Amino acid sequence: MIYLQLFLSFFQVGLFSFGGGYAAVPLIQNEIVETHHWMELSQFADLITIAEMTPGPIAINSATFVGQQVAGLPGAIICTLGCILPSFIIVLLLSCLYMRYRSMKGMQGILSGLRPAIVAMIAGAGLSILLLALFQSALTSIKLSNFRIVECMLFLVSLFLLRRYRISPIAVIFGSGIVGTLLYTLLPS
Amino acid sequence: MADNLSSIYIYRKLFFTNLIISACTFGGGFVIITMMRKKFVEELHWITEDEMLDMTAIAQSAPGALAVNASIVIGYRMKRFAGAFVCTVATIIPPLVIISVIALFYNQFRDNRYIAVALQVMRAGVAAVIFDVVFSLAGNIIKTKSILWIGLMAVAFIASYFFNVGAAVIILLCGAVGFIRVCLADRRDNSKTKTGGGQP
Repeated sequence: MIYLQLFLSFFQVGLFSFGGGYAAVPLIQNEIVETHHWMELSQFADLITIAEMTPGPIAINSATFVGQQVAGLPGAIICTLGCILPSFIIVLLLSCLYMRYRSMKGMQGILSGLRPAIVAMIAGAGLSILLLALFQSALTSIKLSNFRIVECMLFLVSLFLLRRYRISPIAVIFGSGIVGTLLYTLLPS
Repeated sequence: MADNLSSIYIYRKLFFTNLIISACTFGGGFVIITMMRKKFVEELHWITEDEMLDMTAIAQSAPGALAVNASIVIGYRMKRFAGAFVCTVATIIPPLVIISVIALFYNQFRDNRYIAVALQVMRAGVAAVIFDVVFSLAGNIIKTKSILWIGLMAVAFIASYFFNVGAAVIILLCGAVGFIRVCLADRRDNSKTKTGGGQP
């Protein structure tokens, strides 16, 4: 029974979290803290911290964490499945339409309008992460005194390596993690 | 591009590519998009640059996590339903495993100083990966030399970054602009051929 409840809760989260990422947070909070009392609010805050600190989408991470806490590994799997099932169905339908109609003129027009928008949104996401790396804050609360020189150097070197030598992004991400941690550990602050 | 490859090879490649990307992607959906583009467009040449952007738009238009949605579209594009299934499973395994483990050792994980530093500095690398892709993609848009597309890109950026306009709204409006443009261009072409056809 608890499995069915978990599944339905996260099915709703998956179905209504348009905009991805943080859009899902209030929905999850509503389901697991307020409606079902599966977690305390402080546990929920921890959950968001973990979800942010680890790879993977925040909704999937939370689903796994809640399921694990409430009903062990089967719970984790059930919650994750519930969470992705709505997108799986909807994305399949959209992909199907795309593959069938993408050569139509009207569809071509729509798609050519979407491309600049997608580039713009990727740029926005990149800028947010860059500011978080360089100032540890969002655009609205930047303090120049918080500027991180180590992260700035890592960013510039990484960008240079990526563009000039086309090295793998995974190597860049883990490389910057290792080099940065070493620098912060070895250098006196 | 991938027509002459065996199905098993494609499934295996889809599975492991999505698995690795999902396991290594800190920092949200667009990071995964940029990694997928790097792999499927630049390295494997299975998908064109434009298709990748179209598929990102599809992934954005559906509810749910962008990373999962993107892997579903790519899987579907390569191998229909079975491909979508393989990609989805590959994408959710890493968070499932990692979070299950962390849920058990949460306190030690949260209080570890080195982990906190590593996660902070890794953001610099993540930002570099995204900017690398943005430069290439924005370059393509600028190369069209169309004021409309370049302007649309700038407006969409300002709307989403500075005014927090939702992705759904931006996608709808930009799609509408593209649609209207095609209709207007059509009408212009038609009237041109009509007047052209009138003269012997």
